[in-house]
Order: sequence, then structure tokens, then C-alpha cells
Amino acid sequence: MEETVQFTLNGKPTKLTVDSDRKLLWVLRTDLGLMGTKYGCGESFCGACTVLVNNEAVRSCQTIVKSVQGKEVVTIEGLAKDGALHPLQKAFMENDALQCGYCTSGMIMNAYAFLRKNPRPSPSQIVEGMEDNLCRCGAHNRIVRAIQAAAKEMQGGK
Amino acid sequence: MNHNRYIETDFTDHQIDTGLNRRDFIKATGSGIILFFTIGDLSVLAQEGRAGRRGGGRGLPTDFNAFLRIGEDGRVACYTGKIEMGQGIVTGLAQEIADELDVPLDAVDMVMGDTDLCPFDGGTFGSLSTRSFGPAMRAAGAEARQVLLELGSENLKTPVEKLVTENGVVFDKENKQNRVTYAQLAKGKKIERHATGKVAVKKPAEFKIIGQSLTRRDGLEKVTGKAKYAGDIQFPDMVYAKILRPPAHDAKLVDVDVSEAEKVKGVQVIKEGDFVAVLHKHPDVAEMALSKIKAKFDKPQSDLDDKNIFDYLLKNAAEGRTVAHGGDLQQGQSEAKAVVEQTYLDGYKAHAPIEPHTAVVKIEGDKATVWASTQAPFSVQQEVARELGFPPANVRVMPIFVGGGFGGKTRNLQAVEAARLAKLSGKPVQVAWTRNEEFFYDSFRPAAVIKIKSGITDKGRISFWDYHVYYAGERGAAQFYDVPNHSTISHGGGFGGGPSAHPFATGAWRAPGNNTNTFARESQIDIMAAKAGVDPLEFRMQNLTDQKIQRVLKTAADKFGWQPAKAPSGKGCGIACGIDAGTYVATMAEVEVDKATGNVKVKRVVCAQDMGLAINPEAATIQMEGCVTMGLGYALREHIRFKGKELFDLNFDTYEIPRFSWVPKIETIIIDNKDSAPQGGGEPAIITMGGALANAIYDAIGVRLFQLPLSPERIKAAAKKA
Repeated sequence: MEETVQFTLNGKPTKLTVDSDRKLLWVLRTDLGLMGTKYGCGESFCGACTVLVNNEAVRSCQTIVKSVQGKEVVTIEGLAKDGALHPLQKAFMENDALQCGYCTSGMIMNAYAFLRKNPRPSPSQIVEGMEDNLCRCGAHNRIVRAIQAAAKEMQGGK
Repeated sequence: MNHNRYIETDFTDHQIDTGLNRRDFIKATGSGIILFFTIGDLSVLAQEGRAGRRGGGRGLPTDFNAFLRIGEDGRVACYTGKIEMGQGIVTGLAQEIADELDVPLDAVDMVMGDTDLCPFDGGTFGSLSTRSFGPAMRAAGAEARQVLLELGSENLKTPVEKLVTENGVVFDKENKQNRVTYAQLAKGKKIERHATGKVAVKKPAEFKIIGQSLTRRDGLEKVTGKAKYAGDIQFPDMVYAKILRPPAHDAKLVDVDVSEAEKVKGVQVIKEGDFVAVLHKHPDVAEMALSKIKAKFDKPQSDLDDKNIFDYLLKNAAEGRTVAHGGDLQQGQSEAKAVVEQTYLDGYKAHAPIEPHTAVVKIEGDKATVWASTQAPFSVQQEVARELGFPPANVRVMPIFVGGGFGGKTRNLQAVEAARLAKLSGKPVQVAWTRNEEFFYDSFRPAAVIKIKSGITDKGRISFWDYHVYYAGERGAAQFYDVPNHSTISHGGGFGGGPSAHPFATGAWRAPGNNTNTFARESQIDIMAAKAGVDPLEFRMQNLTDQKIQRVLKTAADKFGWQPAKAPSGKGCGIACGIDAGTYVATMAEVEVDKATGNVKVKRVVCAQDMGLAINPEAATIQMEGCVTMGLGYALREHIRFKGKELFDLNFDTYEIPRFSWVPKIETIIIDNKDSAPQGGGEPAIITMGGALANAIYDAIGVRLFQLPLSPERIKAAAKKA
């Protein structure tokens, strides 16, 4: 059913009239032009489409847009602030924690939500927290390292 | 849609004619100093020539297949049909150019996979970019530097011998103020040269950028979500297409009712024979409308499944081709104290890149533009041109990031579908396969059978080796042990043995053939070592004369802290070694096996490789880590289940690929071998994973598995029997 949905997207108030049962992933990509969030499996198995809703990592391929009414949505495009990369983004670059890059947005968004809950994780806690995000190139160990590095840097700041 | 409809890229009958010549390239790229070059190394050229046929109809052009341009702004651009899919050549190739030309790395632009700007290339596969393309490119770079020195000499009125180049500047070494930049030298010039191969490239001692570990150049785009993949291309009037798919390969559409789908607002239904598609400006709405189509298919009847496929394959196997032969097998058999005869099996595996096949086709008049997730842009150009009835020169495939390939994106059905629908609808069309379609239309790594009979003397030497590989292909089939009497025969060719050998498409999967061959060979070697009562490492060493393979084994053993013991020692340590894409690799793994559940926990993997000169050791290390990690999947879990022509694994819920918790501590060593030519890096380290883990499992619990994957069910069943 078409209805008006309002939410905050990457810090900006957003209002659109859509069939509110459509999935957030496609509304983000096709209606709002934010292409950083990727389709990988369509059934929430891979995590390439992970975004934040009220700072929780959600699979946008399974999230209906109606459910984000009045909430805060953050995508990979909203992570850098005032041109400065988020520590996770920097750490992924510095640790070469990616190859093809297709799962990277989802990895970073999932890691972001994970670190909010557990700012000082052990490597095995990171593994557990990232377990359901899939990467086919095999960057896993570097991703764990990048998240550790980012966690360390974030201790100083926020 | 019938999957046989798309162009079989193994055929050699269609001609490449991009319609572009050297003039067009120069026109397209503007003025400056341009060096055309071809791939020089003939042995590798032959390989790439084969690959080139797959890429679209013939081998490489004989005149040139890439070029370098030094522009009026002093920037250096390299135009190549190779593509970046995560393997890192966007960084490594640029390092080589920067070093040969004496420019900073960030002054180098890689223009990759644009069929209008880049000369023909067969495709990006076979770990060929660095080992065959790289040396030719370096030679061209060296020659371009020579041209700059000559121009500099004229400009500075100083003999070439007195000049040096550094940071994009030519200067007099005795008077540094007497200088001219590359930009100044290129200004207003139109100089073309063909590389002659006569100017020497730099020696390792002179390297400034080659051999440096540098992070990826495309990292920033990828961590900010700005990197564009085919699915990220949009136009205001573009529509997304969802195509009606059969429930099984070769199923015939007998009845279809599209009336409910047509009622969905904004939907256009296209029906041409049994090709039915739904178009909408939103992909999810198109998909919803597609689900409203009522279709009846007749499925072909077949009892073939993932269990009986091996008997079927053996029954239908073609006569073999001798890959290697030496001595006299009968003689060897008579000298053997013990004989081991085994059959090894490997099931179908999916490529499963996280980005499914995607393409956008936009037609304007008699021209088409294509953005496609592909490892072979020039194949896409041919296939789309053929679909549209356009000359290939009127089809431009644009450069784009590719979200993983692993061999699977050498097939481009999705681009052909997008072209067909763009033509039928008159709009730009995006075809983005769902995960189910990605599995269904994948060209799987072929199921294969390997039969080995071999023997050892009472001195622990391998006296004969009789090897038959069915359907895996020849890569990695020929063994490298010092065996006086041996025969290696391959049945059914490479990549699966032709279009009708398997129930569905098969193709090249990262290090095609070599994973299966190395699993079988290295398992057999271990079985013989156990028979001889000798430590598996020692057994290998005493049956090897090849120093390169001995060296990687020794290097890996030192790092691993290999403790000699007759298997099964209970420690859970296994070895495998092999050669792929010119690179020598040895892997040692430590596992823990739960006999009750059959679960394998890989605790540690050490991998040593000799790849000649490593252009970017960090990037090479990442490829090794990626190989080890991806290799866990085919070794332990991955296989496609099917019945008849229906597939049962169509998403990541049942087709399990490696996860964070599977990945062990990975230690890699690249042998320092700067003076040798660079060899392949994208594939070699994956070939040893099946063998190393099978051998480690045996060492842990004394259970030998002869079939990949080494799944919990198989381990449990075998442990029970033992």
C-alpha cells in the first residue's frame, strides 16, 4: 500500500511516498540512489545489504520500509563525517581488509553496530559478531584485524 | 530460457573484429607519447592464446594488445582489457609502470576493460595478468622511458648518456637545473612507437616501487560505498528485468499465463517464444510481478544425481589423452613392494561470488553501451553484438568493478539477456540475477573422478605411477615426483569435457582442475608414505629431485615446526604441495577432528610459495590468504546437490561457504626469488587445501577420505566404519 514514510537517513530527514511493504534495500538503491548497500542473496544469509536502523545492524533485503518509520537509518554513505572517514573505514583500508569490495559495506556496517555493543572485543568475539556476514574473496582474518584496530582507535574518541 | 542458448565461449568459429585500429585508439585517447606493446613470452602467449579463444573467437592480435600513453599532463595511462575483480592488479600493474617509467605511483592511471579504449584482451583469468601481461608492460615502460630520454636529449641539448629520469622529470645528472618534465616533453606531441623489446627493463637492485608492499589503490572507493559495480548503473528511463526461469535445466515451458503480472502498476511483460520477462523501474516490483506469472514446465526425466554422477561420468568418458609418460609401468610394478590403487571423487562446486551476474545495456540508435560484471569484456562485446545484430565496434563495454569472479564471470548470459530486453523494450535494461539464478546458471567446477595406481619399492621410492583423470582437466595432472615409470592420462578434457558431458554447464573454477588433481595426488602420496612407514614430509623429500618444490616444502616445514612422525600420529597435521600457474606451493595444516560429529576445526595453516618476483608482496600475500580461506570451502563443505537437471542448493543456507569461525591462523611465506620472472598469484595457494586437510584428518583420527568435500557426514560415516 502506498503511504508516506518518514525517517532520518544518514542524518537527514527523509520523506517518501512508496508502497510501504517494499524492502528497504531496494528503496535505498532505486528510489533514493544510495548504491553502497548491496544485494547479495536476498534472503538475509550473506549480510551484503546490512544497514543501521537505530544503530542496530539489520538486513535491508528483509526489512520493509514501513518498519523504519520515524527511525534513524544509516548506510555506508553516512559513515564518514565531514569528509573524515570513520575509524572502521580507515582500518579496512589500512589492513587491506577487502578484495572485490562487494561485501565491504555490509561488513563495515555490521562491525559498527557490533562495536557499539562491545567496544573492547576480543578477536573471538569479533569472529562471533561477524559470523553471518559472508565474504568469498577470503578477507576474513584481515577484517577481524581491521575491527580490532578500529576499536582501539575509537577508544580515544567517541 | 534455455541455458544452451547463450554463446558457448569455447567455440572458435566467431571472428573478432572490433573495427578499431590503432588510429581509432589514438583518436580516442588524444595526443601524447604512445607505446604499443604485445605480450612477449611465447610460452605464456600460447596459454593466453587458448584463453583468447574462449574469450571470443581467436587468440591475441599479433600487432599489439595494450598500450601506454604519457599525456600532456605528464600522467601515464595504461590501457588494458584486463579487469579488477579484487585480485589487486589495479595496484600491482601500476607499480610496474611507475617503476619502469620513473613516475610516482599516483601519476599512473589504469584504464581497464573499456572495449572502446583498450585493445582486445582474452579475459582476466588463469593468473595471467602479472606473469604474462606484466613483463610486456614493463618492457613497454622501459621503452617509453627511452623515448623520453631521447626527447629530453633534444630538448636539453644534452647527450642521452648524461641524462637521468626521476619523478616524471628528465635531467642532466651534472646539472640538475637543466631539466624538463614528461608533461613538457609530451606537450603537443603525437609520437607512436611499437615496443621492440630491445630496451632492458630494470634489475631488481634498481627497483623503487616494484617489490614494495602497498595497500590497494581502490580501497577508498570500496570502504565508502562509492565503487561502482554493474548493478549501480542507473538511468532515469532504465527498467529492471526479471526473467521467468525453469525449475530445472532444459525444462520446457508448456503453458504460461501472464495476466496477473500485467495488472501490476507500471509493469511491462515481454514474451518472445518461451522467453518471458517482467520489466519495472524497481527490481523488487518486477520480481513481485514475476511471481504472479503462472507457468507450467515439463521437466526432463533423469535419475542422475550427485551420488551416481561419478559412475555416469566414467561410463561416458572419452578416450584419454596422454599428458605425461616415462619409463615402463610394468617394470615399475614388478619392482614395487606395495601397490596402492585408489579412486578419488570430487563433486560440482559453485563459484558463488557475492555479487551475482549483473548487466546494464543501453541502446542508442545503432550503438549499444554495456556495463557488465564480467571477467571478459571483449566476450561480452561479441555476445551482445551478436544478440543485437550490431557490428562489435558499435558495442562498447564500459569499465566497472567486478564483485568477485573466480572463473564464473567468464560467462556472460546476463549481458545477452539485458541486450535482448533492451532491444525488445526500447529502454535501457538492467538484468541483475538473484542468488538463485546465480547458482542455477553457474558454470560449476566439474564433478570429476581420478584413478591412481602406484607402488613403492622396499626402499620407500615410488616405482610407478599410473594416473587417470576424468573430467577435471589437465592442469596439475602431471606429477612432479621423481618416478621412473609413470603415465598420466586425461579423459574428458578441461573445464568438464564439453557441453553435453554434464547435466548443466561446467567451467573454470579458480585453478581449474588443479584442486581436484592435487587432492588426489597428495592423498595417494600420503597413503604410500604410511605404507612405507615413513613421515609424509620425509617421504616426499626422498621422492623429489625438483629443488623448487623441495624448497617450498622445507620452508613451510620450518615455519610450521613440522615434527616427523608416521601417520596417523594423532597430532592432526597434514601436508600437500603442488605447482600452478608457474608457482610452487606447499601447505601444512593442523586440524582437530570431532569423531562423533565429524566436524573439523582447522587450527593453523602455513603456506609457502615460490612465485618468482613478487611485484607487490602484500597483494600476493592477500591472494594466498584468500586462496587458503576459499579452499576451506571446497575441501570441507561445498558441493552442489541435484537430481536430474534440478538443483537443490540455490542459496547460502544450504550451500555453505567459509565463514569467520572456519578461518584458522594463516601464515604465509613468499620465497625471495626476485631474479626470476613473476609467476601466477591468484590461484596457486588454493590447490593444496583439499589434500592438506584430507591428510591432516587422516593424521588426526586415522580415517582416510577419498571424496571432496571432507564433510562431517563423510567423516562420521568413515570413522564409524574404521
